[in-house]
Amino acid sequence: MVTATKVTADDIRVMLEEVVDPDIPVLTIADIGILRHVDVHDDGSVAVSVTPTYSGCPAMAVIEEDIIAALSKRGIADVAVEMKHFPVWTTDWMSPEAKRKLAGFGIAPPDSTLAVVPEILCPRCSSTGVAKVSEFGSTACKSLWVCSTCSEPFDYFKAI
Amino acid sequence: MTTTVERTALVDFLVRHGDDNVILGQRLGEYISYAPELEEDLAVANIALDHLGVAMHLYDYAAEIEGSGRDSNWYAMFRNERDFTNALLAEQPQPDFAHLIARGFFFDAYQTQLWAGLSSSRDERLSGIAARALKEATYHLRHSSSWVIRLGDGTEESHVRMQRGIDAMWRFTEELFDQPDTDAALVVAGLICDVTAGKGRFDAIVASTLEEATLVSPEDPYQASGGRTGMHTENLGPLLAEMQWMQRAHPGASW
Repeated sequence: MVTATKVTADDIRVMLEEVVDPDIPVLTIADIGILRHVDVHDDGSVAVSVTPTYSGCPAMAVIEEDIIAALSKRGIADVAVEMKHFPVWTTDWMSPEAKRKLAGFGIAPPDSTLAVVPEILCPRCSSTGVAKVSEFGSTACKSLWVCSTCSEPFDYFKAI
Repeated sequence: MTTTVERTALVDFLVRHGDDNVILGQRLGEYISYAPELEEDLAVANIALDHLGVAMHLYDYAAEIEGSGRDSNWYAMFRNERDFTNALLAEQPQPDFAHLIARGFFFDAYQTQLWAGLSSSRDERLSGIAARALKEATYHLRHSSSWVIRLGDGTEESHVRMQRGIDAMWRFTEELFDQPDTDAALVVAGLICDVTAGKGRFDAIVASTLEEATLVSPEDPYQASGGRTGMHTENLGPLLAEMQWMQRAHPGASW
């Protein structure tokens, strides 16, 4: 399909709202802060740059495929996805809205990286009585915690 | 980057440190399901993944500079033992958890210095890879040093085993700070850091951690080297055979 009017970078960003983190499907790649730049060139080709969260994050390959798929089904076939290493991703780029969505999904959102003692609330009962079970969790970006009030275990999205 | 000499030297540098990380990642991967508790299986797997990711980014960058059309997989899967320039420490086996922790601890103390130095590289891509790796290495060091202390200052049995692990890995630590002459021009150009500059901080981390763990630095002054020039211990060959056989038997296979 060839569109009569030229798509803009903002149009592309709207189209990419359906691309989510495969491990945390409530967050779009824009929410999480890994969608960096969108450029539409004069010839209609589109360049999208993303930045990895962790060096070995296996979701990156899937995200790249999903970006291409989301755009190609809207007639944008010439898409280049670039991995951008600089500046380095930080959880501080996560929007307040994204943090609310995370908590709603059962994952305690990251505190500011500047916090000396991070404030971690149980995502189920909002208790501050929580304890770390393991520094490492189900994915590279999370650690395992347990709430002493409601006794539920939960993931905390590490602040980096 | 301007000259061919600099490009070749930078490729060597990227591949050398990519090799450290891919070999360490493979070694850690071997231990998944053998850790003393489930949380440590998760830790070992997560740390292995971080190292593999760093290796992939370094190799990919090397491939782009070389412009040969190869990718990170080629460096990991299609080179032979003598082509690998990882430090000997990375390839050392882990007969028990204490050996794994000792090797990781020395590596983490070293890599936190390396990545900190490289994160101020004038090369934006390299500084970005390093700055991310620094966050990860700092987290790894917190994990490994807490285990050194927990086991060293633990039971009689755990103390003996942790000391054995430290003793076994100690002789491979000096090599981490060897830097080939070809790096000199890159240091001058501000593309990489002087790796040797991190040795003082490394020594301080090791000394304070061992003291807190009630462990001692080995008396034996012998230090092995050779990894950086492709002269490896007997441990690398079998590791590569295990890691590479699928791609060697079915080149380019993917799923």
